[in-house]
Amino acid sequence: MATGLRRVGQALAIAVVLALLAVLAWRVVRKSDGGAAAAIRRGEHPVAPNFDLSRLDGPGSLQVSALRGKAVVLNFWASWCLPCKKEAPLLEEASQAWRSKGVVVVGVDANDFKSDARRFARRYRITYPLVYDGPGKWLDDYGLSAFPETFFVRPDGRLSSWVQGELSKEEIETGIRKALRS
Amino acid sequence: MILARAAVLAIATLAVASPVLASESQPTLAELETEVICPTCHTTLDQSSSPVADRMRTFIRSRIAAGNTKAEIKGRLVENFGEQVLASPPKKGFNLLAWVLPPVAAVIGAAVIGMLAVRWSRRRDGHDGEEPVGVAEPDVEQQIDDELARLDA
Repeated sequence: MATGLRRVGQALAIAVVLALLAVLAWRVVRKSDGGAAAAIRRGEHPVAPNFDLSRLDGPGSLQVSALRGKAVVLNFWASWCLPCKKEAPLLEEASQAWRSKGVVVVGVDANDFKSDARRFARRYRITYPLVYDGPGKWLDDYGLSAFPETFFVRPDGRLSSWVQGELSKEEIETGIRKALRS
Repeated sequence: MILARAAVLAIATLAVASPVLASESQPTLAELETEVICPTCHTTLDQSSSPVADRMRTFIRSRIAAGNTKAEIKGRLVENFGEQVLASPPKKGFNLLAWVLPPVAAVIGAAVIGMLAVRWSRRRDGHDGEEPVGVAEPDVEQQIDDELARLDA
């Protein structure tokens, strides 16, 4: 009886250790796969991770999948980020210029105070949709390493290209054209 | 005598509790900096000089000046950055396990070590009630002696 109990105890201990190792391995693999950015770097075109985030510029939420059929410029930013301040007017300009051609610019504010983000939007007169990911839950899925980073999404929902750092007007144009072409 | 003991106990309790209560109602930036994580560099604020850490320090300073308690300030930070902004998990819900399990595991571990120590010491003294390890049955013992004698011969 005592031997039986000891065997059950040992089996349980081994099971717990194996489960913890499995969780650790899963976390390491998930962290190190580099997200969507790494996939683009490898020449792949994965489907844009489908976040559902609350709107900063109004009520409700926005899902990436709801924008299927349109090319999307997905810009990750934060109000404390200096290059984000420089590229915001360019993104607004692009949003106005391409809106009628089936292109949507979406700003994803992350790791930021909501109030700061709203102030930023007012200051730079942003009219394109903005969503809020304060805790930065989606940054790993997209494989972000710094702010700003911008993903160009094809009308079929797949990522076409990605730009790290501050955008230039030319990079926005090229990214949009490439997304619309594919 | 009883009154004197109660007074000493009350003073001791106050001595321990008052700094904790003061820290809760009048927190300092220095202590909050060690309890809050910078979301971009994943270190505590006191270890970080990133722009978001600077912004968070400014926020904390302004909330302290406004008279907010530590819990209120942390609550506002969690509202914006999520629970991972806290260096230690909150003592509620599933996170409570992180606080309860280590001491429970330590107690269970100490109990197991204690039990094993008692058992080993009993076994060494031969009071275990079991046959001592290494003592064979008489006929086996005889067989070993015979074998050894044969080898010596």
